[in-house]
Amino acid sequence: MYPRSFEYLAATSLDEALAALADNPDAKVMTGGMSLIPLMKLRLFSPSLVVDIGRVPGLDAIDDAGDHLAIGALVRHATTASSEAVQSGAAALAQAAALTGDVQVRNRGTTCGALAHADIAADQTAAALALGATMVARSSSGERTIAADDFFVDTLTSALQPDEILVEVRVPKTGAGSGSAYGKLGRRGGQSDYAVAGAAAVVTMDGGSVAAARVALTGVGTKPSLAAGVAEALVGTDGSEAAVAAAAARATEGVTVLEDLYGSEEYKAHLAQVYAGRAVTAAMAAAS
Amino acid sequence: MTTSISAMGGIVRRKEDPALIAGQGKYVDDIRLNGEAVTAFVRSPFAHARINSIDTSAAAAMPGVVAVYTIDDVRHLGPVLAQVPVGVMRPLLADGAVHHAGEAVAMVVAENSYVARDAAEAVMVDYEPLPAVVDMKAAVAGATKVHEGSESNVLVTWFSHDWWPGVFELVDHRPAIAEAKERDDVVVVSQEMTNQRLIPTAIEPRAVLADWNHGYNRVNLWSSTQMPHALAGAVAKTFGLPSNEVHVVAPEVGGGFGAKLNIYPDEILTVFASKALDRPVRWTETRREAAFSTIQGRGWVATATITGTKDGKILGYELDGIADMGAYSQNFTVAIPVLGLFVAQGQYDIPLAWQVSCVQTNTQTTDAYRGAGRPEASYYIERIIDMYAAAIDMDPADVRRKNFFKKEDFPATTAIGLTMDSGDYERNLDTLIADVDYAGLRAMQAAARAEGRYVGIGLSTYVEVCGFAPSVLAEFGFGWDAYGMPTSFSGSGLVRVNPDGSATVIIGTGPSGQGHQTTWAQVVSDRLGIDYDSVRVTHGNTAESPTGVGTFGSRSAAVDGAATYEAAEKVGGKAADIVAHMLEASAEDIRFADGGAHVAGSPGHKVTWAEIAEVAYKPHKGPDGMEAGLEAHAVFSPGNATWPFGSHLAVVEVDPDTGNVEIQRYVGIDDCGNRINPMIVDGQIHGGIAQGIGQAMFEDAIYDAEGNLLSGSLIDYPIPAAGDLPAFELGWTNTPTDVNPMGVKGIGEAGTIGSAQTIVNAVVDALAPLGVKHIDMPLRPRRVWDAIQKARG
Ligand SMILES: Cc1cc2nc3c(=O)[nH]c(=O)nc-3n(C[C@H](O)[C@H](O)[C@H](O)COP(=O)(O)OP(=O)(O)OC[C@H]3O[C@@H](n4cnc5c(N)ncnc54)[C@H](O)[C@@H]3O)c2cc1C
Repeated sequence: MYPRSFEYLAATSLDEALAALADNPDAKVMTGGMSLIPLMKLRLFSPSLVVDIGRVPGLDAIDDAGDHLAIGALVRHATTASSEAVQSGAAALAQAAALTGDVQVRNRGTTCGALAHADIAADQTAAALALGATMVARSSSGERTIAADDFFVDTLTSALQPDEILVEVRVPKTGAGSGSAYGKLGRRGGQSDYAVAGAAAVVTMDGGSVAAARVALTGVGTKPSLAAGVAEALVGTDGSEAAVAAAAARATEGVTVLEDLYGSEEYKAHLAQVYAGRAVTAAMAAAS
Repeated sequence: MTTSISAMGGIVRRKEDPALIAGQGKYVDDIRLNGEAVTAFVRSPFAHARINSIDTSAAAAMPGVVAVYTIDDVRHLGPVLAQVPVGVMRPLLADGAVHHAGEAVAMVVAENSYVARDAAEAVMVDYEPLPAVVDMKAAVAGATKVHEGSESNVLVTWFSHDWWPGVFELVDHRPAIAEAKERDDVVVVSQEMTNQRLIPTAIEPRAVLADWNHGYNRVNLWSSTQMPHALAGAVAKTFGLPSNEVHVVAPEVGGGFGAKLNIYPDEILTVFASKALDRPVRWTETRREAAFSTIQGRGWVATATITGTKDGKILGYELDGIADMGAYSQNFTVAIPVLGLFVAQGQYDIPLAWQVSCVQTNTQTTDAYRGAGRPEASYYIERIIDMYAAAIDMDPADVRRKNFFKKEDFPATTAIGLTMDSGDYERNLDTLIADVDYAGLRAMQAAARAEGRYVGIGLSTYVEVCGFAPSVLAEFGFGWDAYGMPTSFSGSGLVRVNPDGSATVIIGTGPSGQGHQTTWAQVVSDRLGIDYDSVRVTHGNTAESPTGVGTFGSRSAAVDGAATYEAAEKVGGKAADIVAHMLEASAEDIRFADGGAHVAGSPGHKVTWAEIAEVAYKPHKGPDGMEAGLEAHAVFSPGNATWPFGSHLAVVEVDPDTGNVEIQRYVGIDDCGNRINPMIVDGQIHGGIAQGIGQAMFEDAIYDAEGNLLSGSLIDYPIPAAGDLPAFELGWTNTPTDVNPMGVKGIGEAGTIGSAQTIVNAVVDALAPLGVKHIDMPLRPRRVWDAIQKARG
């Protein structure tokens, strides 16, 4: 397929990229290109300028900053998935990255790109939300941080401004007594392909009862959303099978569930419960 | 010498693979000519609309645009030719109205693909939308017409009792089946089932490059096609040339599956544009465009009914269905269901009453897609036989066995008058049952059920018919008459021993990954003892190969392979005379092996192929009066098609909470007679099963009520990837055919024909404790979950 004509800038520094974005309101940043290029080929996106930051040095590291992990804009899904730091400190994100697309996609696509892209059926969005990540957005006029809770706005829409680059995502590490997990039903069954529905959970246990929990859903609505009801119901319980089931039943409280080719509203709401329950169970197992 | 392992039955690595794996294969889009222009099509956003006007002026004025054509420019060329011209033929470009979404309305020719597409967006078309009919049953009811002014959307109804009137005197089984239904010792099991429409998804999209040469008044044409000779004929007929002035080359073709077995408007239009513009013109389909510019497959809804005794004797099988033809008829469109009729009764010796109506809808044309009618037919009989088995509480394997054609029935006559060449269904099923330890599997299932798990075992047998090459079938449309090539579907092969003793084999096939270069080299090496590495096979080239039919219907090995075998025999006959002269022996005593020939009983008394060839090309050294040269061409027209068969089994587990199906095992025991290269046979079965599982589990061409294709890109049309499939466990039985001298049957489609229902049978079996009786494909988790919910009430 052939995109409409566009200008291309291979930026060599963040400042150069930010300046280009500031000057061209309909420019698009490109990191892995795994979503941007298909959309351009389909002529659904037709930016006048593509600012490729793939060559910008210093953005491809995962730094352990003590209480959180700082994942740079050019960290690929494959790196996130195989990083020991992410696997132990933010397991849900590592699992979600491992389940993103296929090997080729994981070797090119970036964790930050997946978050910025905000696809309704993406994997790492739910994990970042459950883990309570913070997005670091930079423009030519400065830097700001955006909490994951405020970051996902709508279908393919994040809180980033057109002139901003997500330079880093900061993911709080799950400490002692807490664990996280992610799982989904894929469009080709099993965990293969985009999520028909998926859930990430972070659970902190304290002396046999649930001290804190955050659960996030993907695939079921126009954006990844927190399942606040599940967390609320879970905290204070002993995390028994019955307690998890009762909590999971509240998965779609306050969430607008939408039908698509892969599921009716009813089915997706049901899957939200199933995967919320499974994620919570797995997170609790990881916590102990 | 590699002769021994490369002989018939040897597992030889494919000659094609090093180049294909290393990116050295040349596909149409890899070929570049000086001065080429490229094309893009303007496609309709509506499934049915009148075209009030087309304004091409803005597009034509864009820099880099060479020409913009509409039907007014090409109407004189007529519609796209079709071998079975029943229904409305497709115009080269929409003529006054569009009849399916994505129909080509105008063609832009430009200096590059980007400009071409920009210009296509600038063509202004004034559409007046008309009501569209998409649902097959609504189309049959006929309130809305696919083509304004037509009398009915139904093109033809095929009946089992008079499908080829005047040729077969057939028994109408309907009265006897009706009578059987009245008996009180019978059960009648009936189910409506959908065999959904699929989008063939060859990894290489279609592509064509046309180069008209006004000096010679001829055209060179490269196309990603399965039928180069028919294409040459069609182009020749359309442009008033003799067929030998159209040189078609099908270079590497990256998958076809029947979708490249059509004459397409783009093939004619690029030739037209090349002629008009006096420069080469190319079109390469894009992935998304392929859902609109290439035929689709399947698309049936039918009710299957079995009437049988409570102890498993089937007294009648009925199928009453509709098959979706789409908006236009192309190559074989309305004939595809007939291929289903050929195997409608499966492996069972049972009365048959079958009718399928071919109905037009405002959707893309359907035509042959791997299996072409036979997967649909096998699906229906094999699903309903499982329901019958469940209704009488008999094991599905036992019901099947009880109704088989017996070994001693062969050659067996089917209910529609066809003769099946060879078969031993019981042995084949027994092999499967023994290999999987069927009783053990059932015990495992019982144990799983006791734990509340939903494990299912699905079984299917199948019989396929392929290699539709008997000359007489040309009277029924099995030929390329419509393309100005009045041939039957005979096979052809030319074997030439070159002066240096190497051999060139030229065949009239159009493979798309089947490994013909390997297989044919094995056949010739086996016959003549020429070193496998010294045999070069070429195909897909109309200037090189004298005749050709193409590759489809699992025909090539059994028909063109047999022709090549016969050509090799002829060469061997002449070579024996030469060797007899050289070695002063008698021709009957000459044996070919190990790169040359020797006298029987004295392997040391030998000559090499280079020495034989030298004599052949220096006739003064040969026997008196010998014609110089060493080559032979053979055309092979068998007396029958071939009838492969097999038994497949799947083990699945369903997650009742999500409806997710996990395929834990997939086992196939296939019988294609003698196998030339068992590895290639296995590869064909692997691909076939993958496509069958694709239909069973994932794929679905979903049109909305207005005729918009909702699943037109791979984002929404999931096809199976290797990781989604279990490792297939394959075995075989061998029941050779006497239809051809090698005893081989086709295997290209068998895997597809046997597999979709195997999966569905397994999933329904898994959910049997809940009372689930049927789920329509694809068995996406949502469907399975819905069925579970419904069963649970
Ligand atoms: C075959 C295939 C299968 C896939 N399967 C899955 C799947 O199963 N699950 C899943 O979640 N995803 C899947 N994806 C999407 C994939 O994960 C993408 O890589 C990811 O969504 C985008 O990351 P990227 O780095 O490639 O971003 P790009 O494609 O470069 O950009 C995507 C969008 O985000 C913006 N963007 C990117 N990076 C930044 C940044 N740092 N700051 C600001 N804006 C930015 C771009 O401007 C663009 O709008 C699949 C993609 C393909 C091609």
